[in-house]
Formats: sequence, C-alpha cells, structure tokens
Amino acid sequence: MIELREVKKAFNQGQHNEFWALSGISLNIEAKRVTALRGPSGSGKTTLLTLIGCLARPTSGRVSLHGRDISGLPERFLTEIRRKTFGFVFQQFNLIKGMSALENVMLPAYPTGRPHRELKQQAETLLERLRLGHRRDARTEWLSGGEQQRVAIARALINDPEVLIADEPTANLDTALAKEFMAILESFDAEGRTVILTSHDPLVVESTAVHRVVDMRDGKLVER
Amino acid sequence: MSLRPSTNGFIVLALLAGACAACLVDAGLSCESRAADIDAMRAMAGRLGLTDLALFTEARYTRHPSQADLHSAFQDHPLALEHFPSGSLIVPKHADLVRETTTPD
Amino acid sequence: MPIWFERQRHLIDFTLASLMRRKGRNLGLLLVYGLLVFVLASVTLYTHALRHEAAVILEGAPEVVLQRLVAGRHDLIPPGYIERIGRLRGVQQIRGRLWGYYYDAVVKANYTFMVPGDGSVAKGTLIIGPALARQRGLALNNGVSFRSYSGELFSFTVAAVLPQASELASADLVLVNEEDFRAFFAYPAGHYTDVALSVANPKEVRNVAAKLANLLPDSRPILREEMQRTYASVFDWREGIMLALLSAAILAFSILAWEKASGLSADEKREIGILKAIGWETGDIIKMKLWEGGLISVTAFLAGFVAAYVQVFRLGAPLFEPVLKGWAVLYPRFELVPVIDGLQIATLFFFTVFPYMAAVLVPIWRAAVTDPDAVMRA
Repeated sequence: MIELREVKKAFNQGQHNEFWALSGISLNIEAKRVTALRGPSGSGKTTLLTLIGCLARPTSGRVSLHGRDISGLPERFLTEIRRKTFGFVFQQFNLIKGMSALENVMLPAYPTGRPHRELKQQAETLLERLRLGHRRDARTEWLSGGEQQRVAIARALINDPEVLIADEPTANLDTALAKEFMAILESFDAEGRTVILTSHDPLVVESTAVHRVVDMRDGKLVER
Repeated sequence: MSLRPSTNGFIVLALLAGACAACLVDAGLSCESRAADIDAMRAMAGRLGLTDLALFTEARYTRHPSQADLHSAFQDHPLALEHFPSGSLIVPKHADLVRETTTPD
Repeated sequence: MPIWFERQRHLIDFTLASLMRRKGRNLGLLLVYGLLVFVLASVTLYTHALRHEAAVILEGAPEVVLQRLVAGRHDLIPPGYIERIGRLRGVQQIRGRLWGYYYDAVVKANYTFMVPGDGSVAKGTLIIGPALARQRGLALNNGVSFRSYSGELFSFTVAAVLPQASELASADLVLVNEEDFRAFFAYPAGHYTDVALSVANPKEVRNVAAKLANLLPDSRPILREEMQRTYASVFDWREGIMLALLSAAILAFSILAWEKASGLSADEKREIGILKAIGWETGDIIKMKLWEGGLISVTAFLAGFVAAYVQVFRLGAPLFEPVLKGWAVLYPRFELVPVIDGLQIATLFFFTVFPYMAAVLVPIWRAAVTDPDAVMRA
C-alpha cells in the first residue's frame, strides 16, 4: 500500500550542521496490518513516520501511496491526502489547550466543511467508544495522560482514515494504560485499519497485535 | 444545550448591525422631524440678518468669527485667551477668574 | 456553497473558542478598540453635524456684510454710506444693521444686542435668546434692568423669548428697539454697526463686493460664502485638535493591537503546527485568523459607532462640550440634527478595521507556511 524507494531525508541541507536523518530506505508497508518501527532514539524512525504520513517530503527517493507517487506533490495536495488518509497520534498528544475534548476531536474535520451536527454526533460516538463520553466537555489540560491519549486517538479517527500513525504511543503511559492502548490497537486491526507506529517499548513490539516489526538504526533499516 | 460559538458570534454581530441600522433610521427620521426647526432658524437668520452661530460667547471674535478681522485676538472677555489652536489647550487659571471685572469695560 | 459556508462556520467556531480561552484579555482588547472607535466616531459625527447645521442656517445670512475699518479696527458706518451704495447695480436691498455686545456683570456673560430690521420690537421691550433667559431666570413679561456703559440704568420688559429650537443661533441674543438701542449705547444718530446687502443674482455677489471695495475703500465686504467657510474651518481645526490629542491614544492602541495581533506566542505557533499536522491547510489557518481579525474589528467598530451615535445625538455629546464649545459662560443648549456623512464613516471604518486585520495577518503568514512535521520533531 505504501511504498518507499531509496528515501533519504536531510535537515539543514547545505549548512554546516547538515544532518542526514534517513540515508536510503526502501520499504513496503502492507495495508490492514499493524507495522511497528523499532529503533533507538535518533535512528530516524520518527522522521520516517513524517514522510509516510505526508507531513514532510523526502530529500530524495520516492514515496508512493496506492501506487501513486506523492513525494513531489505540492503542499495543498499533500494536506488533502494527509487529512483523508492518515490519522495521527503524537507522542506529546498535541491537543489544543483550553478547548474541550469534544472540540479537539472535531478539529481535523473543520476544513472539510462537514455538517456540524453530523460531525458532533460522530465525535461523541468516538469518545463514547473510547470510554470518554463523560469527559467530552472537559478542557484537555484537566485530563489525565491516558485520557489525553484517548482524545488524541479519537481525533485521529474523526476523518475515518485508512491509516493510523502513532509516534511512541506508550512512551508517556504506565503499564496499565499501555495495555489499554494495545487493546484499542487490536480493535483497529479488527476494523481493518492500517496502523504504523514507532516504539522501542517491548510491551508494544512484542505484542501479538503487532504483525510486523521493522528495525532501524542510524537512518537505515536493520536486516534480520 | 449551549449554542455554537459561531451562532453566538452571529447573534452579537446581528444585534450590533441592527443597532447600527436603527441609528441610521433614527438619523433619517430626526432629520425629517427637525427640518421645520432648521427652516425656522434659517428664516430667523434671514429676518435678523444673523451672520454667525451663538456657539462661543466669550469674546467678539468667537461670538462672530465671520465678522472678526483675520488673525486678531481681541481679549474682550477676561477668560478669552486667543483664537489660535493653543487657546483650546490652555485652560485659564482659576486666579484669573477671581480678578474678573464687575463693571462693563 | 453549503460546504464552503459550513467550513467558514467551523473556522469561526474555532477562532471564537480560541479567543474565549483568554476571555479577559480579548474582551479588554475589544473594549479598548471599541472605545477608540467611539471617540473617533464621536468627533466625526459631532463636527460634521455641527458644520452641516452651520452651513444650512447661514444660508439665511445676508449675501454681503459691509464693515468699515479704521486703523484696522471695526468702526461705525457714518451717515451717507448707505445712500452711496444704493446706486450700485445688482443690489436688491440695503439695510444698516445695529448690533453690539454687552457684558452682564450679574451672570458674567456677554450678550449680543441687536436691532431687528423689521422693527418687530416695541419700545421698552426686549426679545431675548433662550440661553440668556435660562441664565438670568427671565420669563415672559418679566422686568429686567441693564446698566449702560454710561452708567445709567435702563429697564425693559421681556416681550418674548426666542424658541428653544433656535438656540444654536440665538442663545445670547437681546433684540431691542432701534431707539432703545441708540439710547442705551449712546449710539450716534445716523450711524450703523455695519451694512447688510442682499444681492438677487448669486453670480453677481463677487462683482458687487469688488465694486463696493472700489466705491468705499475703507470698507471690508464679507461674503456669505466666507461666513460659511469660516464655520467649516473653525470646526476643522477644533476637530484637528481633538484628533491631535487622540493621536497619542491611537498610537498606544496601535502598539497594543500590534503586540496582541502580531506577537505570536510560542503556544500559538505550536497550535498552528498542530492544526497543520492534523490536516488544516495554510489557507485554512489564514482564513481562520482573518475571521478573528475581522470579527474583533467589526464588532468593535459597530459597538463604537452605535455608542458614539447615541452619545452625540441622543445624550447631547457631553464628552465634547467643554472642548468644542469653548469656555463661555453662556452655553447654547442644542440638539444636533443627526446628519451622517457616509464617506467619513467609510473612511473611519477603513482606518480602524483594515490595519487591525493586516496586523493579524502578517505574522500568521510567516507562521503558517512552516513545515507541519515540526510538531513531530519537537
């Protein structure tokens, strides 16, 4: 489904602090599977995630989605693809402070112009499903870490994306909450969603919910 | 159930726009209803040969600015300083009020 | 269009929810902004209405007033002048005017004594202006005495009080009979204060004035259009003073607004990054911010304008009376006819709304074009 061909990514290119985060990655990610990128920090797994999720463009190489090359598209089209295809759960959750959980969940759908009633209905259903219905009007800074993550997950799902991208989803959670996250992950798998996540948490990468683990080090894939 | 923020915003804006429109309507109506007064004043100006408004009565050149010669500051009234912009900024001191003339000068 | 509309509504929802997070701060900004519009609009509305009223009333003024000057000072018109003007072509009517000032020590105010040309005031009586009647506490048929400049006491009966509606032009008038006037001021017989001329053809007015200046070299003709222009410029500079004083306030507000609108905090930058990462386009963010700027400035403008209108035309402009009326003892009490100059209001709108929107937009532009992957890396 997602194909990467000789993808390289440099930061501060041409300057004295030039740094190659990815140096030639070729990878094929299958649809409806849970794929984990594993590696120490600085291995380039988050950078790879941003390329897959159309948050950034590769310096060289190709990224294609459903056989269509998307690495050279202008920002507007990338944004549209990102909005329709990917849902993101960030490591720091990145919720908008001062707004309610419900508003945060609805945010990604605002630019689509979906009718408000329908949108709100869906956001409520999602929160309900993640057992957060009672917290819908709470401001995000009043939520616990686990609740914040579940709001972030609901937000990632509001546009009903094919692919869910999670960056270090259990890094800020204790074991109980991490297990709860894995349970949610399995339910996505059951729904037939593609999940791509980064982690070095054994609880995640060794779980049966994860179908494939890709190891990374120094911006390269590690062959096993 | 609370309204959407945009609905609240529209309500506020609509109220303000309504008030604004009411002002304009009020202006139109007052202009009509006051037309007779204005006509009467114009007629009085014609009958008496008035050349000025009775806005500022402190001195000759402020009572009848159109009749005063240009650039002259006549201190007819003890409080009248002069006609130039600075006169509007300098308020007379209270001491000046005390030694005011009591007989016609 | 429903999708477009719904999208804009969502953006407005977001921007309002976002503003409500710092409720005190944003309401404060709105208040200061509205106050600024209120003051500016008040000045504009008040001076325009007053100027308009002056222009309309003075349409009734004589076409030409002829003064005689001696050593650069206004002097009496001696006998014979009126007869000499009488032969001038184009002049329809000539009238010697009698008027002067009287300082009333009782209320410490100056009055304008005047003899109406139509002889409508009987001997021994007065017709007085409404502000004067109020100040001296006079009513119909009351007796009133004035000590003349020669020291003699003169008694009069009030025959009428001029209508309150005419106060703007008649506040301090004392209309007297010609005989009384001459006796009271010891005015030499046959002399007049000045001469009012009516000219039938408006195109002839300038010719008549030129001929008058030739015929009577010691005189100064004042045209009606000059009187009207005097009023236009008087309020222009008084308005200018107000604006000059206000410019400090405007500057202070601009700094506040610029700081508020343009100084993007790290939090706001991060939020923009989040919005971009979750699928907002750069254009959506700019539109959202435009709505923010537009809503704040339009709300402030409308509120300020309505408040200014009510203040100026319904409450009698208490804010500007001291500045615009000067510091005379005798204030005319008048209600302005609300004449609104659309162009002035449009100008005010332009100069208050657009700078704010620009201040909102410029920094957002820079922030909104950053890469969305910044949130992941942070």
